[in-house]
Amino acid sequence: MISFSAVSKRYPGGQNVLQGVSLTIDAGELVFITGHSGAGKSTLLKLIPAIERPSTGSVIVNGQNVGALRPAAIPFLRRNLGLVFQDQKLLYDRSVVENLMLPLSFSSLAPREAARRARAALDKVGLLGREKANPVQLSGGEQQRLAIARAVVNRPAILIADEPTANLDAEAAQRVLEIFVAFNQVGVTVLLATHDLGLVTRYGRRVLRLAAGHVVEDSAP
Amino acid sequence: MRSWLRQHRRALIAALGKLAAQKASGAVSALVIGVALSLPAGGYSLLDGLSSLAAGVALEPQISVYLKPGSTKGDADALAARLKSDARIGQVRFVPREEALKELKATEGLADVVDALDHNPLPDAFVVRARDSSPETLAELAQELRHAPSVGHVQADAVWARRLASIARLGRLAVLLLGALLAFGLVAVTFNTIRLQILTQRDEIEVSKLIGATDAFIRRPFLYLGLLQGLAGGALALGIVWGGLHLLNGEVRTLAQTYGSSFRFDFLAQGDALAVMLFAGALGWLGASLSVSRYLREIQPK
Repeated sequence: MISFSAVSKRYPGGQNVLQGVSLTIDAGELVFITGHSGAGKSTLLKLIPAIERPSTGSVIVNGQNVGALRPAAIPFLRRNLGLVFQDQKLLYDRSVVENLMLPLSFSSLAPREAARRARAALDKVGLLGREKANPVQLSGGEQQRLAIARAVVNRPAILIADEPTANLDAEAAQRVLEIFVAFNQVGVTVLLATHDLGLVTRYGRRVLRLAAGHVVEDSAP
Repeated sequence: MRSWLRQHRRALIAALGKLAAQKASGAVSALVIGVALSLPAGGYSLLDGLSSLAAGVALEPQISVYLKPGSTKGDADALAARLKSDARIGQVRFVPREEALKELKATEGLADVVDALDHNPLPDAFVVRARDSSPETLAELAQELRHAPSVGHVQADAVWARRLASIARLGRLAVLLLGALLAFGLVAVTFNTIRLQILTQRDEIEVSKLIGATDAFIRRPFLYLGLLQGLAGGALALGIVWGGLHLLNGEVRTLAQTYGSSFRFDFLAQGDALAVMLFAGALGWLGASLSVSRYLREIQPK
């Protein structure tokens, strides 16, 4: 489903953030990506939706070489991926449901079907009933759950989350992780970057550990 | 097709929302566009009126030749023979002094004056049309006729009307140039308005790009915003022109009545008014398109 082949990434004027990374992630896996700050976790995840392009090597997602995609094709790649960010990237001048409707508005869904999907996504993350609230009225954990709902509302096959629990307390972090596990259990491939090894070990899933741009550990459960 | 229409309807609604949210700044932009467009549109209306005024006057190369007071029928016949034998002259019409007086009396407001006269002061006259309408030929012919025996006065009637027509043509060219210049201004105004909109919505655009919005999807509401702003400016321009002509016509009517005329400046014809609206809308769309193309490239999610 996702494969990296000898991928290196060097930012202009910077050092190599990733060096010769090769790995494969199969459909239905839940993979934790760990490592210290600056290890290359975020860059690795950004290569999958073509937010960044590899300097060398290739990244294949669902049979598509992401690095070779035309700019016009990138939005269609991203629609098949659910992206969750550490800072959520919600729109704070819109309500909860309007945030959810944003990715649905890109597609040709009928308004009734879009509304139905939005409610279903909110239900899955436990935010049903908060449709009209503004994101600023939500707690940090709720905001992150809203971000997850937005990521899954288009029913992606792959969910990518970059430090989704970084700013949350232990209880909220646990709840957010359980949501990712629940999506994985229904077949969604999940890649989740975190530096919280305590959370990772609790679930006994595959762990990719990065250090200085290299994969230094790939431990299957 | 339904999906395509739905996308455009959403973009239009989003643009209307943005326009409503802009409030004062949007109104000022539309006003700037309206005032800028009203200048060439108003100028066009005025020149159109002047052209129709000039068109109502004979523009043929016509020369009026008046005989000296007291000239006899023999003098008139001799002059008629000379005029008819001149190869440069295409047509000659004799206007007897009685007929001239009758025409004068028929002119609005002059009947009482003519009735008060104890004798007919008008001379016999010939209306001459030259084969060649060039100003040089007309001037030469008029000059020669001035020296003919029994001729009292010669007048090249078409000259002032031809001058008016020339001025109107020149004015129309000036209006076109002004219109082209202001069109650039209008595009610049829309370009800047949309640039500010893009900057204020930078976060939304960045997030939209991150989660799969195409550039066309992001661009569409801004293009509609430019179009709506242009159309609003066009409508304002038409309103300004209508109001201006209404005020002007009050004075023009009074002046025209002193000449026995009912002349007034007409508002733009329906087709012309529609063209102003479409032109304004198209320029708004163009300004928005240039702005969006320029600034969307700069916003890349990181």
